[in-house]
Amino acid sequence: MSVILPLRELKVGQKAKIHSVTASGELGRRIRDMGLITGAEIEITGRAPLRDPVALRLVGFTLSLRNNEADFITVEPL
Amino acid sequence: MSKKITVALAGNPNSGKTTAFNAITGARQHVGNYPGITVDKKQGTTYVDGREVQVIDLPGTYSLTAYTMEEVVARSVVADERPDMVVDVVNAGALERNLYLAVQLLEMGAPLTIALNMMDEARKQGMRIDARKLQSLLGVPVVETVARTGEGIESLMLTAVANGDKLAGKPWEPLVISYGPDLDPVLEEMIALINREQFLTDRYPARWVAIKYLESDEEIQRIGRGLGAVATELEARAREVADHLEATLKTYPEAVIADYRYGYISSILRQGVVSRLDALEDRLAVSDKIDQVLTHRMFGPLIMLGILFLIYQVTFTIGEVPMGWVEAFFGWLNETVSNLLPDGMLKSLIVSGIIDGVGGVMGFVPLIMFMFVQIAFLEDSGYMARIAYMLDRVFRFFGLHGCSVMPFIVSGGIAGGCAVPGVMASRTLRSPKEKLATLLTAPFMACGAKVPVFLLIVGVFFEKNQAAVMFSLTLAGWVSALLVAKLLRSTIIRGEATPFVMELPPYRVPTLRGLMIHTWERTWQYIKKAGTVILAISILLWLAMTFPKLSDEQLAPIEAQRAEIVAQMEAAQAEGKDVAAFEEKLSEVNNFESEEALRNSVAGRVGVALEPVTKWAGFEWRTNIALVGGFAAKEVIVSTLGTAYSLGEVDAEEAQPLAERIANDPHWTRANGISLLLFVLLYAPCFVTVVAIKQEAGSWGWAIFSTVFNTVFALAVATAAFQIGSL
Repeated sequence: MSVILPLRELKVGQKAKIHSVTASGELGRRIRDMGLITGAEIEITGRAPLRDPVALRLVGFTLSLRNNEADFITVEPL
Repeated sequence: MSKKITVALAGNPNSGKTTAFNAITGARQHVGNYPGITVDKKQGTTYVDGREVQVIDLPGTYSLTAYTMEEVVARSVVADERPDMVVDVVNAGALERNLYLAVQLLEMGAPLTIALNMMDEARKQGMRIDARKLQSLLGVPVVETVARTGEGIESLMLTAVANGDKLAGKPWEPLVISYGPDLDPVLEEMIALINREQFLTDRYPARWVAIKYLESDEEIQRIGRGLGAVATELEARAREVADHLEATLKTYPEAVIADYRYGYISSILRQGVVSRLDALEDRLAVSDKIDQVLTHRMFGPLIMLGILFLIYQVTFTIGEVPMGWVEAFFGWLNETVSNLLPDGMLKSLIVSGIIDGVGGVMGFVPLIMFMFVQIAFLEDSGYMARIAYMLDRVFRFFGLHGCSVMPFIVSGGIAGGCAVPGVMASRTLRSPKEKLATLLTAPFMACGAKVPVFLLIVGVFFEKNQAAVMFSLTLAGWVSALLVAKLLRSTIIRGEATPFVMELPPYRVPTLRGLMIHTWERTWQYIKKAGTVILAISILLWLAMTFPKLSDEQLAPIEAQRAEIVAQMEAAQAEGKDVAAFEEKLSEVNNFESEEALRNSVAGRVGVALEPVTKWAGFEWRTNIALVGGFAAKEVIVSTLGTAYSLGEVDAEEAQPLAERIANDPHWTRANGISLLLFVLLYAPCFVTVVAIKQEAGSWGWAIFSTVFNTVFALAVATAAFQIGSL
């Protein structure tokens, strides 16, 4: 019922639930190590002055990743 | 009972692990390196109930995979050194993610105690954590701590030691988590195979090895391949499952494993371990507000430039004061020893070789201290991560990392810096390839020691627009550094950008103790180098510029000339005439002798021998010798050039006679000047920097590479400039 978007398209302040993480290898592992897994809830807290990287909030902490890394993650806006 | 016990501290970056380590060991700690890599090995001791406890601070990691050096080190210390107890320092505010590491430690079977750290912040956030429940569900002791204030640290150590005693001598019992219907059956088969063949079972639990094969862990695969056919079989099984998962569920075994691990953690946390009251005061909300200003689209970069400029100013203007004291001390030592020792080789060796060499290096110590206090402040406060965040887009284009800005600026990105602390500042980079590219290009910046050479040449050839040319040189340093970084990252240090996925820790006020310990560690490492490698190299350079001495035949005409002048002078003196003219002649002869001696030395011969190559860049042998001398320290270029031009000792700060000499020399044209400026900007870093590069890159290979590559690159640029300028 809800739309599935690439993480890149979320706006600052928007909340979403992670739908899928398709990254493999080192990037995939780093993403998962930080708790970015299917079902995790996130909120975009900011973007760097040049629009990239993006900062997002998980439960209890903030992390940043590049737009091209965020492309491996799809989300379901809440 | 009084047996010594070993405790290893594990934990995520930003979990307060280092603060806990400092709180546990105080000043009783030392830093070394793991052989061959640049990860710090920190150890310390403390006493619990009168028993000596050795504490190992493992590198901060999020996981125990094999992607970063830190992770490889952390898990090999746990597996191979078998500490009596592993204490996992956990950030209570982000419990779910922090327990991901704890679960992996438990899967290795490591004896574990959990420090539930930053409890004060968690409480302020309105979080309630039932430590006792967590303890019973995980089956390991859990102690609440606030490392910053030392709260709970004593009880943590008592618990860790008691737990270590309880488990002493018992085999490690790995935690077993189900990885679901797709992986569990395969896992069982692999475990059976591993146990049957005793494959790596002396180091790791069989289940853990099997999981690592499913995760296609490169380190374990590499070790396994040396052990025969079992490895092939295991890899084949792992690949089979991977293909199956890919085909049926479009996923990877490691993703499934991670999902189940997080599932295990949240199943524990859901059983009433964590409850959130209404957020009384959201720690992150404060941090977010600060971020709205500090990473604002417009103000963010402006404030960052201001802060970087401030650091530079503090390091080099305030740092100059104690630097002056150190220099004054070595000047005094130089003079005292000169007066004590009779003239001769020994005096020359001790004064020019050892005291001047080591003194020059020790002069950097105050700069390094000032810079590291500030860098430690930026790191501990959380701002360093924001710098990387804001600049990543720009630096990534050149194959670098947002954190590369710090080494560049300190090295002379604002003219007048120094590459030694600059190279050391690259420590904040956790991405190996980006770090290496930064290390190798930071020495292109216009460091303070190059400035006297610039001033000399610019003063002679660009009298009208000195400031513009000096600025262009600083800019040329940046352009070269960035372009060469891009070149290196697309050739010999090729490879995907290291993922940026990075925590932006909440802003915190750093602890004074943390800053002091951090600064002292770095400074002490540098001082140790100064006393060993650097001392040896300065003696070698002294030898090269002193030997071989002029032969008696070469000296004879000079001596004769001198004797003649002295005789004339004495005669004049007897007649009561003015002797100033003769004294001048005498010093001319002395200067000529110095020039001949320098030309005759190994360094001089190298300079002369290089002339056929360097003439294309417009350098004759005198310049070559000065540039060879500049490898010791770039300041030496001006004074060596003075000696080579028979001007005697030329003070780098007041090079007027040399400037006149160059201005009146028909050999020196503006093209020569430009060529020399570019060459000095770009050629081999001084050897102190080279030693620092070796230390940061972890191998002499890269240090030597930077010396050779930069010189070749500089020569190419200088030759091009000279040839174009001479058209």
